[in-house]
Amino acid sequence: MLEYGWDAGVAISRFLDGLKAGKILGVRCNVCGRTVTPPRAFCELDFKPIDAWVELPDTGTINTYSICYITWDMKPLRKPQIPAVIEIDGTTPRAGFLHLIGGVKGSSVESIRKQLRVGMPVRAVWRKPDQREGAITDILHFEPVRGRRR
Amino acid sequence: MRPASDQAPTVPTVLSALDQVEPRVWKGAMPVQFLYTAGAAGERFFQTLKRKGVFVVTRCEECRLTYLPPRIYCERCFADLSETWREVAPVGKVHTHTLVHVDRQGRNAASPTLVAFVRIDGTDGGLVTRLLEIAPADVRIDMPVELVLAPKRRRRGTLDDIIGFRNRR
Amino acid sequence: MKRKPQRRVAVIGAGMSLFMRRALETGKELSYYAASQALETAGVRLKEIQAVVMATAPDAFDGVHMKGEWLLDGAGGVRKPYLRAYVGGGSGVFSIISGWTLVASGLFDLVLVVAEEKMSSCQPHPQGAFLTIFDHTIERPLGPNLLWIFSLEQHRYMATYGIRNEDIALVSVKNKRNALDHPVAQVAASLTVKDVLASEVVAWPVHRLMVSPISDGAAAIVLASEDVARRLSDKPIWVQGVGWSLDTSYWGNRDLAYPRYVERAARMAYEMAGISEPRRQIHVAEPYDPFAYKELHHLEGLQLSDKGKAPEDLARGRFERTGELPTCPSGGLMGVGNPIAAAGLMKLCELFWQLRGEAGARQVPGNPERGLAQAWGDLMQVGTVAILGVN
Ligand SMILES: [Zn+2]
Ligand SMILES: [Zn+2]
Repeated sequence: MLEYGWDAGVAISRFLDGLKAGKILGVRCNVCGRTVTPPRAFCELDFKPIDAWVELPDTGTINTYSICYITWDMKPLRKPQIPAVIEIDGTTPRAGFLHLIGGVKGSSVESIRKQLRVGMPVRAVWRKPDQREGAITDILHFEPVRGRRR
Repeated sequence: MRPASDQAPTVPTVLSALDQVEPRVWKGAMPVQFLYTAGAAGERFFQTLKRKGVFVVTRCEECRLTYLPPRIYCERCFADLSETWREVAPVGKVHTHTLVHVDRQGRNAASPTLVAFVRIDGTDGGLVTRLLEIAPADVRIDMPVELVLAPKRRRRGTLDDIIGFRNRR
Repeated sequence: MKRKPQRRVAVIGAGMSLFMRRALETGKELSYYAASQALETAGVRLKEIQAVVMATAPDAFDGVHMKGEWLLDGAGGVRKPYLRAYVGGGSGVFSIISGWTLVASGLFDLVLVVAEEKMSSCQPHPQGAFLTIFDHTIERPLGPNLLWIFSLEQHRYMATYGIRNEDIALVSVKNKRNALDHPVAQVAASLTVKDVLASEVVAWPVHRLMVSPISDGAAAIVLASEDVARRLSDKPIWVQGVGWSLDTSYWGNRDLAYPRYVERAARMAYEMAGISEPRRQIHVAEPYDPFAYKELHHLEGLQLSDKGKAPEDLARGRFERTGELPTCPSGGLMGVGNPIAAAGLMKLCELFWQLRGEAGARQVPGNPERGLAQAWGDLMQVGTVAILGVN
C-alpha cells in the first residue's frame, strides 16, 4: 500500500472552498468561449490562463448515468451506486463532471431506469453547512428535479 | 495563430494564483499488493536449493555465460537455455561488501548489517546476501565464502532459505 | 501538412505467448516467449537487432517500479538502444508507431517491438492501480471504480443513437466465437446474445460478459527497413500509415458518444497511407474492444461506420469473419484476452498473419491486402492507429 498527499492546486483548492460555502464554481475562457467546471487554472485548448471565475447554479442535467453493483475490488453492492456525468446549468454543453445520483427508489435496474433518463434535470443535495469540509462529497449527490421541463 | 489580445493575461498571473487560495492537500492511497511469480527458472532454483542445498544454473555455450540466478534464455543471444541445467556448489567469493547502519525506513539500526555481493564459483552471477560470523574489519574482497542455509525442515523454497554466507573453512 | 516519411518500414515477424488469467512465468519469461518467436519467424538473430521498443502499461500492475527496465532482458534489449512506449491501453499499437519512427527516420534497420503485461500480480484487483486515473481530489472521494467510465460512456452512446444492449452484446458473441480459432485465447466461447445479457449486471448497461478479462501475456513483432525487409522476407507486410492523438484529460468534458481522438488518429494514418475511402480500402480491421461497445464506438471513430450505425452494420453481418469488413477476426480482447499492452500488439500480429494468408482457421477470405489496428487508453483519451498492407 502506497500512501500519498496530493496537492489540490490553485483551481481545485478554490473549487473546494466554494463547495464548503455551498457554491459550485466554474471558470470561463474568453478565447474558446467555454465555461467549465471543475475549474482549472488554464484553458487546456488555448493554453492560456482562464479569464474569469463564475458562480454556477447547483442544478444541471444528466449527460449519462450508470447503475453499478460492484466495488472496485469486485465485492457486490446490494444498494447500487449511481454514478453520473452532470452538466451544470450555465456551463458549455457536453462539459460535464462526475458525481452521484441519489433520491431514487429501489435497487433493480428496472426500477431505477424508470426514474432516470439522459437529459433529466437534477439538483445538488448538499451536506448541512456545519458538516461540510471543502470536499467534492459536500454535495451528497444530485437528485431528479420533478415537474421541471427544459 | 491566436491574435494578441489586450486582455490576454500574462504568465505572472498564473504564478501568483496560489496566493488567492488556501492550498489544499488531499490524502489517499494506491491500495495494491502483489503476488509475484518466481517463474520457470526461479521456481527450479528455489526448489533445488530447498531439496538439495545446491544452486542450479543455466549456461549459454555460445556466449560463454553461466547464469546465476538461472534464466531460461540467454539475454545476449536469446538462445533457449531450458535444457542446460547444471548444479554448482554453493560457494563463492566476496565481490564487494558494505556495512549498513540504517533500516529500510531510514532509521538508525540497532546493530549494523554486513551485506555483500557474493560471486558464485563457476558462474557469471551471484547473490546479494548477509555475511555471517565475521567482524566487519575482517572482511576482504575476494574472500572465499560458503552458503549457510536454513535447516532442511524450515526451508520454504524462497530466498529466506538463504541465511547468509560465511568464511569458507 | 503532407507527411512524408523518410523510409518505408515492414513487419517481417510476429510472435505471442499464451494469454491466460494467471501465468506462473515471470513477465520477462513471457516477453522472451513472444520475442524469440517473432525473431524466429523473421529469420533474424537477436544480435542483428539494432534497437528494442518495449510497451507495458502501468508499473503498478506487475508491481515493479520502472518495469520497462526490469523487462529489458526478456525483451532482448540488453546492451542495445531501448525505449519504453507508453500511452496506457493504447500502448500496444503505440509500440509499433514508436518502432516505426526508429526505422522510418533512418536511425535503425532492424527493430524488435515487444509488449508485455502481467496483471495477475496485482491484488486484490488491478483496479487498485487503475483507481488513480480518477482525480484524487474531486473524483476518488466519490468511491469510483473503473467500470463507471465505461458504463457511463456506453449509456451515453446508447442514449444518443437509440442503441439497444442486445446490439452491443453481439460484439461479445462475435469476438468470443472468433477466438475459438486462436491458439493462445483465454476466454473463447460459443455464446448467444441471450447468454451475454443473462450474465450479471456489473454496472448497467455493462454485463459481465461485455468486459474483457484480466490477463497475463506478451506479443512481439520485428520491424525492418525496406532493403533489409526485401532481403530477409518473401512476404514483408508494410506499415503504410500510423496516427495517434490525445483528447483532454477532463473526460467529462468530452463528447462521450463519439471518440474524436480515434477520428484524429485515423485521419492522420489514412493520409499517410493515401487512403481516401477507408470503408473500401481497409479489408480487415482490429478495432480495440476491451468492452463490447468499444468496438462499435471505435469503428465509428475510424470512419468505418456512420455515427451510431455500427450496431446495425454488425447485426447485418458486415463485421463477421466472412463479412464485407471483418473486425476482430482474432477474437479481440473480448475473446483472446486483455494483457493491456500485449493485447494491442496482438492485433498487429493478427494483421500480419491475415495479410500473409497465414491465419489458419481465422483467415478472412478474399486475400485481404490492407488492414487496420487501433487501440485506446491513457485516461480514456488516446487513439492509436496503424495500417498494414501487402505493398
Ligand atoms: Zn479556451
Ligand atoms: Zn548466448
